[in-house]
Amino acid sequence: MKSRHPQQPGTEFSVPGTVGEGLARHGVSRRAFLKFCTVMTSMLALPPSMAPAMAAAIAATRRQSVIWLSFQECTGCTEAITRSHSPTLENLIFDLISLDYHHTLQAASGEAAEHAREQAMKDNAGKYLLIVDGSIPMANPGYSTIAGISNYDMLVDSAKGAAAIVAVGTCATYGGLPKANPNPTGAVSVADIIKDKPIINIPGCPPIPVVMTGVLAHFLTFGTIPELDGLGRPKVFYGETIHDRCYRRPFYDQGKFAKTFDDEAARRGWCLFELGCKGPVTYNACATTKWNDGTSFPIQSGHGCIGCSEPNFWDAGGFYKALSMPANPLKVGAGVAAAGAAAGVVVTFLNRGKKGAAKAAHETTTLNDLEQ
Amino acid sequence: MDHLQLLTWARGPGLDLSLGVLVLGVIWRLIEIYGLGRKQDLSAPRDVAGASGWNTIIRRSVPPPGMFKTSPVSYMGGYIFHIGLAIVVFLFAPHIKLVQGVLGLAWPGLPSQMVDFVTVVTMAAMIVVLFDRINKPVKRYLSTFGDWFTWALTFIPLLSGWMAVHHLLVPYTLMLAIHILSVELLLICLPFTKLFHAFTVFGSRWYNGAINGHKGVPV
Ligand code: SF4
Repeated sequence: MKSRHPQQPGTEFSVPGTVGEGLARHGVSRRAFLKFCTVMTSMLALPPSMAPAMAAAIAATRRQSVIWLSFQECTGCTEAITRSHSPTLENLIFDLISLDYHHTLQAASGEAAEHAREQAMKDNAGKYLLIVDGSIPMANPGYSTIAGISNYDMLVDSAKGAAAIVAVGTCATYGGLPKANPNPTGAVSVADIIKDKPIINIPGCPPIPVVMTGVLAHFLTFGTIPELDGLGRPKVFYGETIHDRCYRRPFYDQGKFAKTFDDEAARRGWCLFELGCKGPVTYNACATTKWNDGTSFPIQSGHGCIGCSEPNFWDAGGFYKALSMPANPLKVGAGVAAAGAAAGVVVTFLNRGKKGAAKAAHETTTLNDLEQ
Repeated sequence: MDHLQLLTWARGPGLDLSLGVLVLGVIWRLIEIYGLGRKQDLSAPRDVAGASGWNTIIRRSVPPPGMFKTSPVSYMGGYIFHIGLAIVVFLFAPHIKLVQGVLGLAWPGLPSQMVDFVTVVTMAAMIVVLFDRINKPVKRYLSTFGDWFTWALTFIPLLSGWMAVHHLLVPYTLMLAIHILSVELLLICLPFTKLFHAFTVFGSRWYNGAINGHKGVPV
């Protein structure tokens, strides 16, 4: 392999335990890996010349130890990342890391599984990456446990030795569906609990798999976390709204809106704002990276964006209501009108009283008064 | 409270609160004004051409002879910003969607770029009339806090809405929330400030015309 690509010195594919070796074992060629790094550099808004350096850096590192905790979640995040068609960029994530604990994916269960987690924490203390999907119930620790350990205890315990935490999916990042009104389990996000570790939020329901890969590639290349926005999201992927990059935007600008999902306007691909699209208030990369190998994304499939990467999007007034419409059914009713009428009548009587008093106090001026 | 929560509050409880105050205030003030009453005029009405309530409604809606030249800024600025405001408020598609959400009524809107242009012209007209008010000693002298306040109440929703559409200064979500909240402040203040002329303008014109018409004076 090396001899076929002498132009990329340092892309080591033979040192045992390195990512390079892992890739080689899975039959990933250096060419394919370099292509992957080229895509990653462009996604991370790095200069293209960084690609060989990134390839060299990642190939030479030991596979990153990862502990993946799943709390109150639906496994959709794991599904999104693992069910992509092979071979894809998203799949490469598993060649970059050593997934030491993931209770959905690992074969071991119960004590043995917990032992694997503890071992990984011990062996890689201070260096492992902790990935979390799902929210943490605070109302009662018994609402969600793994091997009898509450989600809260497991998170706090696993976070102690982590180099950084990646919160994956809207549940781990902002509470997600479990936190939706009335939040019966008292669900909170990872960042609500862990305050002393760098946390990268990758929200989305589910998040875009390739964003996950990009963040990992960044971490492996630079050993640091990417630049984050105010909500802890990597700016390179969450810097713009769906609306900013939506191909239906010209129709929005022209005021051409689909009124139903199957009218002529919808068939022509007009803007979905009136059908409840939340693209204007949603920061995510769907419109550019798209899903399923760049095939499509919700708006391209004819459905408005539901805003799944934003905190509290479940409680933002319904998926099919335009952003300019009332979020809830209005409560203003006849009672308010009656109160207004009552206030008007009371004030009118007061005014009439004043008028009457003024009239009663009025003194008639006589001719005599004027002569004096 | 993050930006989306603020926006959802503005679209939910905020909207309820402001519409509630608006409905309550408008009904209260209309009953109060029309309930003031007036002493019966026992004199015989004088019949003079052009002296009636309806005549005054029309007459006061167009500049009196000569006045357009004397006060071009007031008239031009006034027309432009009132008509512009009506276009922006009632013919922008997302606004129509709001009315549909509240009252169930809908009508066709204008292309967004056209509304955008009208917004800029309306804001420019409002700034010109504001400067005119500051510059002209008589206008300045006649102005009270209520005039400056209602100008700002009207201008801020226009500016914030325009900035939201163009994604200026702060994230769109926050600007949209600010826009909706500023409109809600306007709705709350409307019944209790000079802005109530939106409801009384033609009634008061008719009233002045009718009272003076009875005396044979066209006003
Ligand atoms: S479909 Fe949604 S994101 Fe696309 S232009 Fe319309 S409102 Fe914006």
